[in-house]
Amino acid sequence: MDTAYLIETIIKVVVILLVFSALAGIGTYFERKILAFMQRRLGPMNVGPYGLLQVGADGIKLFTKEDIIPQGVVKNIFKIAPVITAATAFMAAAAIPFLPSFTLFGYEVHPIVADINVGILYILGVMAVGLYGPLLGGMASANKFSLLSAARGAAVFISYEVVTGLSLLAPIMMVGSLSLIDFNEYQAGGIGDWIVWSQPVAFILFWIAAFAETGRTPFHLIANDHEIIDGFGTEYSGMRWGLFFIGEYANMFFISFVIPLLFLGGYGDGSFLGALGLLGKMAFFFFFFLWTRAAWPDVRPDQLMWLCWKVLMPIAVINVVITGFVMMF
Amino acid sequence: MKMEAFNNRNVTEGDYYLVDIEDYPTDGWGKFKRVVKRSFRGELFVGLWVVLREMIRFDIHTIQYPQEKMPIGPRYRAIHEMKRLWESDTERCIGCGLCEKICISDCIRMDTRIDEESRKEVSEYTINLGRCIFCGYCAEVCPELAITHGGNYENASDQREHFVDYEYMLTPLDTMKANAQKEFEGFGAITPHEDERVKKTPLSY
Repeated sequence: MDTAYLIETIIKVVVILLVFSALAGIGTYFERKILAFMQRRLGPMNVGPYGLLQVGADGIKLFTKEDIIPQGVVKNIFKIAPVITAATAFMAAAAIPFLPSFTLFGYEVHPIVADINVGILYILGVMAVGLYGPLLGGMASANKFSLLSAARGAAVFISYEVVTGLSLLAPIMMVGSLSLIDFNEYQAGGIGDWIVWSQPVAFILFWIAAFAETGRTPFHLIANDHEIIDGFGTEYSGMRWGLFFIGEYANMFFISFVIPLLFLGGYGDGSFLGALGLLGKMAFFFFFFLWTRAAWPDVRPDQLMWLCWKVLMPIAVINVVITGFVMMF
Repeated sequence: MKMEAFNNRNVTEGDYYLVDIEDYPTDGWGKFKRVVKRSFRGELFVGLWVVLREMIRFDIHTIQYPQEKMPIGPRYRAIHEMKRLWESDTERCIGCGLCEKICISDCIRMDTRIDEESRKEVSEYTINLGRCIFCGYCAEVCPELAITHGGNYENASDQREHFVDYEYMLTPLDTMKANAQKEFEGFGAITPHEDERVKKTPLSY
C-alpha cells in the first residue's frame, strides 16, 4: 500500500466525518424548522439570525452537560452503546460515492473511501449492526422503558431487515454487482435508465424499510416519546445521548444518499449537473423523512411486524421471482 | 358558520344524519379487502398534502413573546391600580376599608389617619401579590371606583411575597395632566350609558 493512497484515504475519512457530524447538527435545525413551518410555528428564532446558531448552542449544551452513569446499569455496555450507533453510521459511509470523481489541483479525487465489490452488502450489514446501540443501551440501562425499547428494537430489526434485503435482491440481479459505482454506471444513460422504472415495487419496499432502518416517524417506535419516554435514551445524558442523536441523523443522510444511488440514477454521467442532481435527490429524501414526521401517525410494533412479515416480505419475494423469470426468458 | 346550528339540540330536525360506519371485518378476506382499500385510496397523501399546504401558505401563528405581545382586553384583571379623580387630580380612595374587608385571600392591608383638614386619608396601603388571586372583588366593592385592575401582567418575582404599595399603584400626576388615565371596564365599573339608566330614589315609600 503506497503512502499517497493512505494519506488520501485518511483525508477522505476525516472530511466525511467532519462534514456529516456537522450535517447531523444542521439536520436537527432543518427538522425543527420544517416541522415548525408545517405546524404553523416559527421554530428556533432567538439564537443567531433565524435561529441558525441554535445548533452551536445545542452542541455546547451537550458537551458541557454532566455525563451521568446511573447506579445499577451494566457500566461497560452502557458506555459503549452510543459509540456503536455513531460509529456504525459513519462506517457505512465508507462505501457510498457521495459525488462523481473530480479533478482537484491536477489530482483525480474519487469521493468514496473504499470502492469494495460488496458495497451494498457492507452498507446494509454495518447499518444493521448500528441497531446494537439501542439494543445494548436499552438492555444495560436498568430502566423498564429502556428495556421495552430494546425489545421493540429487536422486533423491528428482524422485521425490516428481511424486507430490505429481499427488496434489493431484484435490482442486484439486474445490475449483477453489489458496488454502488456499478449501480450508478448501470443507470448513467439518463432518466430512462433509472432502476426505479423497471423495479418500482422494490423501490417502494426499500423506501418503506428505510424508514424502519432509521427509526423515523411511521416506524418511530424504538424511542417513541409518547409511549416509552425516550426509549433506550432515557438514562443517557450529555454527549453519550448526543452520539445516539448524531448516529440517527447521519444514518438518515446516508440512507438518503443510498436510495437515489440505487434506484434514481445516482450522479448520472458524472458531470457537474449530475452531482447537483444527486445532492438534490438526497435533499428530497431527507426532506421526506421530516415531512412524514409532520404528517403521519406512528404504528404499533405489532402492526410494523404484521406489515413487514405478512405484506412486504411476500411482495418482495414475488418481485424477486418475477424479475428472475423476466431475466431468464 | 352560525352558532344556532350548534345550539339547537333537537336531533330530529336540521341536517343530522347517521354516519355510515362499516362493520369491522371478521374473516380474513374482509380484512384483506380493507387493507387493500386503505393502502390504495391515498389517505397517506392527503396527510402529506395538508402539512405541505400549511408550509407553503406560511401562515405563522407564533407570537414572539418578549418582542410581541397579545392585546389584552380592558376587563383583564392584572396588577391593581389606584385611580385619581378627573376633576381635581386627587386620589379617589376615601379609606373606607371595604376592599380590605372583602378580600378573600386576605392580601390587602391598609391604614388610615385623619389629616390636618380632618379628612380621612390613606397612610399605608399594600397588596401582597403572592397571595392575591386577582378575583376582582376589591374593584367590584369599591364605592369610588378607586381601586381597579390594570393590564400589567408581568409581575414575576424572585420571592413569594411581592408587595405593591399605594404609590406604585397610584396613577402618576403627569399621566393625569396628559388626560391619559384609563378607566377599568371590568367587574364593578360603570357600564356605558349609565347616566340614562339612573332613576330617582322613589321617596314615596
